[in-house]
Amino acid sequence: MTSEPPKKPSTAQSPRLAVNERHWQWRLLKDRLATYCMSLGGISTIFAVVLIFFYLLFVVFPLFLPASIEPLSSYELSDPDESLFLELEEQHKIAMRVTRKGTLDFFTTEEGTLIQAESVPLPEGRRITSFASATPGTGLFALGLDDGSAVVVHHQYRIKYRDRGPGEKPERLTLPVVSYPLGETPIMIDPEAHPITRLAVQTDEESTTLVGGSSTGTISLVNLAQEESFLGGESEISIERATLKAWGHTTEQILIDPQQRLLYLLSENGQIAHYDIRDKTTPALKQTVQGTQPGIRLTAATFLSGGISLVLGGSDGSLSQWFPVRDKHNQYHLSRAREFSPIKGEVTALMPEQNRKGFAVASSEGDISIYHSTANRRLMTHRVSDQPVISGTFGPRADALALLDQNGKLIMLEVENPHPEVSWSALWGKVWYESYEEPDYIWQSSSASNDFEPKLSLTPLTFGTMKAMVYAMLMAIPLALLSAIFTAYFMAPRMRTYVKPVLEIMEALPTVILGFLAGLWLAPFIENKLPGIFAMLVIVPLAVVTASYLWYRLPTKLQRIIPDGWESAVLIPVVALAAWLAMALSQPMEALLFNGNLPLWLTQTMGIAFDQRNSVVVGLAMGFAVIPTIFSIAEDAVFSVPKHLSFGSLALGATRWQTLTRVVLLTASPGIFSALMIGMGRAVGETMIVLMATGNTPVMDMSIFQGMRTLSANIAVEMGEAEVLSTHYRVLFLAGLVLFAFTFVVNTLAELVRQRLRVRYSSL
Amino acid sequence: MTMHNWRKSGTPWIWLSAGAVSISLIMVIGLLLLIASRGLVHFWPANVTQLAYQTGPDQTVQLIGELKDRETLPMARLLESGTYVHQPEGELGHRQLLKTGNRDHLGLDFRWIVDGNILQQSRPPELMVIERREWGNFYGYLRSVSEGGVLVAEGDASWSALQKALGRSLELFDEIRKIEKKDIGQVNYALEQLRLKQRKLELNDQLTPDALAKIDDSRAEQEAAYQLLMGRLAVLYREIGRDSVTAELMDGTQVEVPLSTMVRVYQPNAMNLPRKIGHYLSKAWEFVSDEPREANTEGGVFPAIFGTVLMVLIMSLMATPLGVVAAIYLHEYATQGWLTRTIRIAVNNLAGVPSIVYGVFGLGFFVYFLGGNLDALFYPERLPAPTFGTPGMMWASLTLALMTLPVVIVSTEEGLSRIPSSIREGSLALGATKAETLWRTVLPMASPAVMTGMILAIARAAGEVAPLMLVGVVKLAPSLAIDGNAPFLHLERKFMHLGFHIYDVGFQSPNVEAARPLVYATALLLVLVILVLNITAITIRNRLREKHRLLET
Repeated sequence: MTSEPPKKPSTAQSPRLAVNERHWQWRLLKDRLATYCMSLGGISTIFAVVLIFFYLLFVVFPLFLPASIEPLSSYELSDPDESLFLELEEQHKIAMRVTRKGTLDFFTTEEGTLIQAESVPLPEGRRITSFASATPGTGLFALGLDDGSAVVVHHQYRIKYRDRGPGEKPERLTLPVVSYPLGETPIMIDPEAHPITRLAVQTDEESTTLVGGSSTGTISLVNLAQEESFLGGESEISIERATLKAWGHTTEQILIDPQQRLLYLLSENGQIAHYDIRDKTTPALKQTVQGTQPGIRLTAATFLSGGISLVLGGSDGSLSQWFPVRDKHNQYHLSRAREFSPIKGEVTALMPEQNRKGFAVASSEGDISIYHSTANRRLMTHRVSDQPVISGTFGPRADALALLDQNGKLIMLEVENPHPEVSWSALWGKVWYESYEEPDYIWQSSSASNDFEPKLSLTPLTFGTMKAMVYAMLMAIPLALLSAIFTAYFMAPRMRTYVKPVLEIMEALPTVILGFLAGLWLAPFIENKLPGIFAMLVIVPLAVVTASYLWYRLPTKLQRIIPDGWESAVLIPVVALAAWLAMALSQPMEALLFNGNLPLWLTQTMGIAFDQRNSVVVGLAMGFAVIPTIFSIAEDAVFSVPKHLSFGSLALGATRWQTLTRVVLLTASPGIFSALMIGMGRAVGETMIVLMATGNTPVMDMSIFQGMRTLSANIAVEMGEAEVLSTHYRVLFLAGLVLFAFTFVVNTLAELVRQRLRVRYSSL
Repeated sequence: MTMHNWRKSGTPWIWLSAGAVSISLIMVIGLLLLIASRGLVHFWPANVTQLAYQTGPDQTVQLIGELKDRETLPMARLLESGTYVHQPEGELGHRQLLKTGNRDHLGLDFRWIVDGNILQQSRPPELMVIERREWGNFYGYLRSVSEGGVLVAEGDASWSALQKALGRSLELFDEIRKIEKKDIGQVNYALEQLRLKQRKLELNDQLTPDALAKIDDSRAEQEAAYQLLMGRLAVLYREIGRDSVTAELMDGTQVEVPLSTMVRVYQPNAMNLPRKIGHYLSKAWEFVSDEPREANTEGGVFPAIFGTVLMVLIMSLMATPLGVVAAIYLHEYATQGWLTRTIRIAVNNLAGVPSIVYGVFGLGFFVYFLGGNLDALFYPERLPAPTFGTPGMMWASLTLALMTLPVVIVSTEEGLSRIPSSIREGSLALGATKAETLWRTVLPMASPAVMTGMILAIARAAGEVAPLMLVGVVKLAPSLAIDGNAPFLHLERKFMHLGFHIYDVGFQSPNVEAARPLVYATALLLVLVILVLNITAITIRNRLREKHRLLET
């Protein structure tokens, strides 16, 4: 094959030497060109095929990249007054700072230039003693004063476009607007008028709850609810008040959940009191738990986005996530859901993202770390200052961080963190999601609600894939292998020439047709004839064995009508009759044994859930699709076992069956193994059958009467609705990559085994 | 003793394995028969039955419809389903599925009726079936025909009057369809082209008042043509809405059915065998040549056939040359060693990679990456509406070409390796260059193998649905990928596909029961196409083997 181009023919004596020479040159050129073209074409085609793997990898890879930050700017704030609060606007062009004096400074993040400053109108001589912000993004916060009252302030940004003359794009202006939703007059919180030193506020459309702790340690709750008056027109504000009983610790921080149903009081020694405040007049202490290791100070705590989980940071750098979990008696207990890898130094501030379950942690060492709670993943750590970072905030899109260090320096960072919610443990391990009772494997990639957190565990899908594969193989292995053995070893050559094409055609049947029949014809059929299906498993083999015995007892003369190797043809009517018998018996059996309705009987008496599109249907349909694959390879392996081996065995007096099991099958076993592998690969990747023949619910349940969702069907269902390059999209690519890698490994294994077998045969 | 011998000889095992072959054969043949029988029945004008049916102890209703299916089930289940059973005795009950049609009047097309409740059953020859363009079939008695609100025929005379009026209305309908689809389609296409031209000039800063005036002129021209067509359409719509018939439903109410909604009218009980066969053939022809109606559950599947064939053609045009070149390189040019062995194993395994993975790749790489960049480079005037940056015919063909490449490569290589090296050596010894040897001797001899590979690739591609769902198939494509508007071949368009049609109509349609016969017919068509392709491939392969066996000896 690698022959040299033929030597130039001898043309020395030819009169047409020049012409020939030119012609020869031309031919050589063509030959060389062909070589180049073929090599180029061949290599690039093969490259294109290999590209698949690398492209999948290329799309999946960013999922596992850490977050990165880029310093945007850093400067000393012009006003040295202490900052109580810092917040960024949507585009993170403008930041807002609340100062101890009670001003709201709006300034550009780039250089710190003051754009606008608003002073909160405080009553004469009053000082601000505490500050509280509602859920980030609502723009609402409250200032606690030294006379036991508090002012609620709201700020937002209005977008305006200003014309810049003809032909120019209008200029986009972001204008801060400050308002006082509950009036400019402070609301009295502490009945004894002591200064409010700890404060919390939450609000929604109708009601606002303020909880304040005074310098004497009293905790008071005020709820202001707007009520439509019966006559219409002006709405009234009704006020409810309560004072919380002492709980034995000094309250350091107060947190109210966004629904205003739960209240947490946190003390410096790590104690958390969990109150039920659904009834605002009588708050009830439900539970007190220790949130940090004994002896460790609780230095920071915050709600994560959604307001269900608490993240606690300790003086030793430890971080943990807590949320209420329902127990058997329908009672909620605040429970430690997970621990994060600790940071160096003391946790000084926790900054939650506004739309994802991520948060940033600032440390006393001047480090900043970004975490994602559900994925339990630290995405990066970076030293941003040589001073402790004392507070900070995420931009609403989690693409920027504004931090303040102890010297009053503001540090703006750009954050690149597109896929924090994916980690090895989130994809494959049990994850304890908020509002779930225990860690579990869940795939639930989207929902109608906004607060929804995608649950991207590939485990139930992989499990479903394996389940479908197992049931398909349960059906296919016996049928395919026995058929292969008989066709290759016992069958008459003439019958073989008919049987092989039929089974090859079986392989070519589009799976969409098998899936459609499985879903629309087989599934209702099986539901109606379930006892018959199970009876068939017994009746058909029995009938075959009986037929065999009867045939054996038949007079030799009659036996000779049909020669050896045509048993399958004899058995076709027998099998058909037995199957029909099983079906005919199905309903009488059902009526007799199962009150006429086996699925209902299963559900009610046995407590086994029954889906119409269940594993039996998938097993049958996909088994049907896999049989020809296994059959043709296994048949090939058995057929090409050298004939002298079996002749030798037969000559030594072994029966045909003994020869088969002890000689032929042993020799062919690697080939049979590779047939099974390739069949398995096909079952794992099959899409249309599972898509149509199962309910596509991602459950983890081995029950034969339930469906599943496989990796491939999941891709087919969800790929269309996944936003390009989003985490969901990339995770679906990951599912594709998993399928690719699995089938590739399995097939390579099978191919290597097969090649070794070929070598062995040639040596025999 | 004999029992013992029988057991010892291993005969039961041999018979059991023989039984496995029988089971497999029965399954394949049974499956094909099932599809064939269900698919072929779809076009047959089934008899329509009138029943007196008991729905309560002393309630009787008249039912009219086609008996479609029959099943036996335990009486317990029958009673559980809440139906009234006249004499609930015995273990088993029988029920039949009656297609009552008239969805607009009854709400449902189908109902189960219990055998024991049927009081009387007859097949009056004057029962009429109307195939309509909406609301499914109509079953009932023809009472009168009106023309523009004026009664023209009544009683027995109305049947022939209806036939005549229907001929006219069908002609009108064809004309309307031609104008709506073709003429107005052309105008719309031209208008869209003008808009794009203007946008392109605008983007390039070349939109001079001159050019704009020219574009506006052509636009006004098209608008005028459009107005003309709309005028003609208004007339036609008035004309087609002229006639109607009055018919009696099974409960005795008289309803008016406009002729404009009718496709076909027949009296199946009065038809003799030749006329039924004629009807059957005309329905079968409609199935392969017409467009779908009523959310794909009625009418034909022509766009799906067209899409499948065109997609497969483009795919084989791309896969075959590339596959052959790759195989020739691997077998004839590359130095044989561990690298080629690895490549061979890899290529072989790619044939076993799940098709959905190719779909994922096609969507990410072809559609979003290649297509998105093509759009940005060549079609900036169409943005933000994507041209190639969205699933379509081109990417679907390319994805399937990539998927079937391994099949072509493997098959061609096998063909090449079957050619004895003596033939190559002979050619080279006679002074031919390597390229000439390949082109004149080796390739012609390997061509059946290439053909086999191509046909197998086509068969695989024609039946594959999963990747297409990601890269270009839709349930209803507004226009075919080839039409009368330059450049005639529109590879960026989405298309319909037989396999996807089966999935979509069978599983996503609102009225699965009514759509089922059509799905079976589509499945049959697809199976037939694939069987023919595969049998061709198998025959060619066998013939090829025979030929080379002769060569080797």
